[in-house]
Amino acid sequence: MDNAAEVQEREDSIKGVGCSRKRKEDARFVQGTGRYTDDLKLPGMLFADMVRSPYAHARIKSINKEKALALPGVHAVLTADDLKPLNLHWMPTLAGDVQAVLADEKVHFQYQEVAVVIADDRYIAADAIELVEVEYEELDVLVDPHRSMDDDAPILREDLVGKMDGAHSKRVHDNHIFNWQAGEKEATDRVFEQAEITVKQEMYYPRVHPCPMETCGCVASFDKINEHLTVHLTSQAPHVVRTVVSMLSGIPESKIRIVSPDIGGGFGNKVGIYPGYVVSIVASIVLGVPVKWVEDRMENISTTAFARDYHMTGELAADSEGRIKALRVNVLADHGAFDACADPSKFPAGLMHICTGSYDIPVAHLNVDGVYTNKAPGGVAYRCSFRVTEAVYVIERTIDVLAQKLGIDKAEIRRRNFVKAEQFPYQTCLGWELDSGDYHTALEKVLDAVDYEALRKEQQEKRAQGELMGIGLCTFTEIVGAGPSRNCDILGVGMFDSAEIRVHPTGSVMARMGTITQGQGHQTTYAQIIATELGISSDEISIEEGDTDTAPYGLGTYGSRSTPVGGAATAVAARKIRAKAQKIAAHLLEVSENDLEWEVDRFKVKGVPGQEKTMKEVAWAAYNNVPEGMEPGLEAVDYYDPPNFTYPFGIYLCVVDIDKATGETSVRRFYALDDCGTRINPMIIEGQIHGGLTEGFAVAMGQEMPFDEQGNLLGNTLMDYFVPTFVETPHWETDYTVTPSPHHPLGAKGVAESPHVGSIPCFTSAVVDAFAHLDVTHMNMPHSAYRVWQKVHELGLDQHA
Amino acid sequence: MAKQHVSFNLNGKHVDALVEPRELLVHTIRETLSLTGTHIGCESSHCGACTVDLDGKSVKSCTVLAVQADGAELKTVEGLADADGLHAVQQAFIEEHGLQCGFCTPGMLIRAYRFLQENPNPTEEEIRWGMSGNLCRCTGYQNIVKAVQTAAQTLQQA
Amino acid sequence: MIPAEFEYHKATSIQDAINQLGAHEDSKLLAGGHSLLPMMKLRFAEPPTLIDINGIEELRGIRLEGDTICIGAMTTENELIESEILQQHCPLLVEAARLVADPQVRNRGTIGGDVVHGDPGNDHPAVMLALDATLVLQGPGGERQQPANGFFLGTYWNDLQEHEILVELRVPVIRQGVGHGYSKLKRKTGDYAVAGSPVVVELDGDVCRDIRIALTNVAPMAIRAEAAENVLRGKVIDDALIEQAAAEVIAACDPAEDLRGDIQYKSHMAAEMARRSIRAALQQARG
Repeated sequence: MDNAAEVQEREDSIKGVGCSRKRKEDARFVQGTGRYTDDLKLPGMLFADMVRSPYAHARIKSINKEKALALPGVHAVLTADDLKPLNLHWMPTLAGDVQAVLADEKVHFQYQEVAVVIADDRYIAADAIELVEVEYEELDVLVDPHRSMDDDAPILREDLVGKMDGAHSKRVHDNHIFNWQAGEKEATDRVFEQAEITVKQEMYYPRVHPCPMETCGCVASFDKINEHLTVHLTSQAPHVVRTVVSMLSGIPESKIRIVSPDIGGGFGNKVGIYPGYVVSIVASIVLGVPVKWVEDRMENISTTAFARDYHMTGELAADSEGRIKALRVNVLADHGAFDACADPSKFPAGLMHICTGSYDIPVAHLNVDGVYTNKAPGGVAYRCSFRVTEAVYVIERTIDVLAQKLGIDKAEIRRRNFVKAEQFPYQTCLGWELDSGDYHTALEKVLDAVDYEALRKEQQEKRAQGELMGIGLCTFTEIVGAGPSRNCDILGVGMFDSAEIRVHPTGSVMARMGTITQGQGHQTTYAQIIATELGISSDEISIEEGDTDTAPYGLGTYGSRSTPVGGAATAVAARKIRAKAQKIAAHLLEVSENDLEWEVDRFKVKGVPGQEKTMKEVAWAAYNNVPEGMEPGLEAVDYYDPPNFTYPFGIYLCVVDIDKATGETSVRRFYALDDCGTRINPMIIEGQIHGGLTEGFAVAMGQEMPFDEQGNLLGNTLMDYFVPTFVETPHWETDYTVTPSPHHPLGAKGVAESPHVGSIPCFTSAVVDAFAHLDVTHMNMPHSAYRVWQKVHELGLDQHA
Repeated sequence: MAKQHVSFNLNGKHVDALVEPRELLVHTIRETLSLTGTHIGCESSHCGACTVDLDGKSVKSCTVLAVQADGAELKTVEGLADADGLHAVQQAFIEEHGLQCGFCTPGMLIRAYRFLQENPNPTEEEIRWGMSGNLCRCTGYQNIVKAVQTAAQTLQQA
Repeated sequence: MIPAEFEYHKATSIQDAINQLGAHEDSKLLAGGHSLLPMMKLRFAEPPTLIDINGIEELRGIRLEGDTICIGAMTTENELIESEILQQHCPLLVEAARLVADPQVRNRGTIGGDVVHGDPGNDHPAVMLALDATLVLQGPGGERQQPANGFFLGTYWNDLQEHEILVELRVPVIRQGVGHGYSKLKRKTGDYAVAGSPVVVELDGDVCRDIRIALTNVAPMAIRAEAAENVLRGKVIDDALIEQAAAEVIAACDPAEDLRGDIQYKSHMAAEMARRSIRAALQQARG
């Protein structure tokens, strides 16, 4: 075997970065031995169940617990009055507001938690909640956020009346939460006044829910003797939970253990801290036994964290050639009854100011007002970084409108406005530094792959025959990897992440991270990073996450931050180990460390064949033969505060055919090219893209949380809330380019949220495109058959012979 | 309410349990019998996470009473592998990356196990139709379809 | 999502089930349970007693008796789909069953439960109307036969008498010159119909001798669009007549507005499903 082949063989055997390694997680999941929160059963464990409000806005006149308490097997019924002495009836939110743990005198949204019943089992608890008698006095309900700041709007938050200094800005109305602006208003307005062409498009990004297969839940267990609290819960950020629980309860963080066991999908739903967790902890402390709370699907959709609900107006100013001169975006944000946004940035509208997209836009202004309504609190990043989905939607929709107004093809107008490859790193006018990209190359690759010209020709023919065919395009730039501590924190804790790696004497590795997998396959991919850095096979590397007693402090997993931040920490920690290993190797080989070079899994003395030490040999030596003055052992920790976000991008193209008779949209083709920089595990990347596209399809085509005038949530079961099955889900075609991030240790950018963020405007673009020849510029989601048919009918396209 | 005695065969083993009439089969399997591979996702018979094999048919155990399973033959995900190792559907899900968070996986597997006996050589369309009672939020189904195809080939060759 | 407490009895025969219905006040029959149990979990229904009729063999099975197909009320949807008798002699029922719910639910859900449950979203009532089926009902007073036409009176309201059980459904075999059509629009697998329409047409040469157009989920219960049928009966059906019939279908609809659509959409979808079914039925009838 020649040398190159031998090196390649060693490289392959390591199963490092770039390898489609099968997942380490799968063995337990396919055999039913995954351990999810609801699988946990502790001795003496009781069950919590919630009494919830049937009304969206009402005063609580009385709560009578007697009948419930009389039911055998019921241990306690707690209300806000019971939590008051502990000062736990309200809790701080992650967005600087407070939220009622149990409704305090008033309910602010339908299904709000009013009381909690603790009983022997879930059957008795379910019976007992029916026996808690609550008397309500109904109040005027505020559903439409456009009415929130009217003079005669009902005031929702009596606790905030007159407090006009909000967490983020001055408030101008009792139902106002904040005003936030980015960019230059006057300069932008001036460009608009003088522009050759302007377009303006209103659009609504509906309230949706991440709806992971596993709902939220916890098992709280307080050990009275040792005053130690253990909570197993469905959290995407267990360390943050530990800090919050400590702040709320006064128990030192050292006596709190939070465990995120296997998590059945998160998608943002499991970032927040919910009343169910808090009351379970309180009940366990009070009763001295473990308490389990697991929400059902209706509770999940109704109460634990919606996403989006942005009423947006996008405006572009351009010259007659379609070159963009300015962008203006206005947003009215419906935050529900408490501002409980799981927003890890320092900006109240998250990263919304990435709304300049992939385009070279000289000046822009963004204005966001957040308001209260009688709806559930939340505001989470549903498979995205906070508010990026909204930002991408508004710019991608508005540039389509501009193209339409000018009669320029939507691919061509993007070519004319893309940030060019040579402009990177590129400073956007709203303050971001796009790290790397090559949009033109990626766009042409997609257009060639689908034969875009032929599709447009076919569309012309179809239109001539009165058929509806649409071609959607989305050329998005994402911002992920929250994030640099100058931009991001949660309750003051910077958004770094961490890795701790220990190389054992025999050369196998245990590593722990501050992130937590929910299906992303961290046990597989983090091991690949370490494998490549240390030359140890990923099969010999164990990864652990989610237990705050053992894992280093981290901010968790959401917003595609694990690879950009946790992955970077892992690489840097591994490099610290390799640096130490190099010193040990030099000592063993009796040369200067500068005389050594690294090759796959070993240090070699430059120019002296055969003089080498493998990492495994070095690992053994680290425990018995280190250079004088060096401490033994081979381990490292890294807390990585990223210098910048990463900016993955993608070019998505979608072809739809619309049935005029029913309004049904058939996705004939969806082609997704993603550039997430360096690709760690292509198999897992493709799986993430399939999943994100499917979630994007669900959002665009069917998901919504509609309310009636009384604030009743219509459609909180899986009958109504659209989660597509095998049958509805389109077939996905994937492709990629690789433009590494210049500042990430591996060049990796993160990928999981791109397909969600990028596909949604692509579907809208395609559906609208089917009607574009009829001067339709926009249609609000969801593009259900019902809504699409309404457009068909309005245009008179469904006339029969 | 007085509890009733039920007995059935679960993954090849005879089991007895005392259940309230209203007890849902999924709770008996998970709580009383401590086999937690079968999951609860929606409780309204839409998601399929609780799918088990009951007398040779796939059913959603959140919508079957435990008393109705008296005398039945039951199989859950825990009963798929045998002394020779993983069942072909389990192996195929690993090979084709047919799972991510793993929560829907047991229901998917036990359904695929039955589906491939109902239709040993399915087309993609037949797989999508035959598996349509199981929801997944992670995979977008495409790799699950591949996994079922792969398992079908393995089983046909066996 | 836990049902309230109830007593459970397993009936051993039809007569036993009837007796138990009489013996336990407000008791309910448990068939497939996929409508009843979810309602009980939401505590929309809290029957004190459930009488499980799953073990009654005489309620199962499909047999051919001359020109009539007799279907036991506890025959599951998947058994309908797999039935060679139905595939050959009543394709409409097979097509309809294929579009009910999902594979697992079809293993439990029964045709009888679907027919008597009373939700306007149930699919088989309209199919029974289109097939001009006869329902065989058995009660304390014995057995009676009731045409499907006239049985469905409203939402959760039908002509089932006290302590009476639906035991069998009888449908005619498809004959030369008869065609079946079935169309159903739904948002996704597992959903009820936005609108559905089973159609049976009988041709005499090119002339429509008889036609039954039934509709699902666009009125308080399954209905026949009789005015639409009258437009077509006795005529050579062409596109213009189908449009006239479609207009009559719209006029016949009285749907409840919900997330599936408003009254206008649902009515128009009923018309479109009827159009498609009429065309499919005609094609089949012409051979």
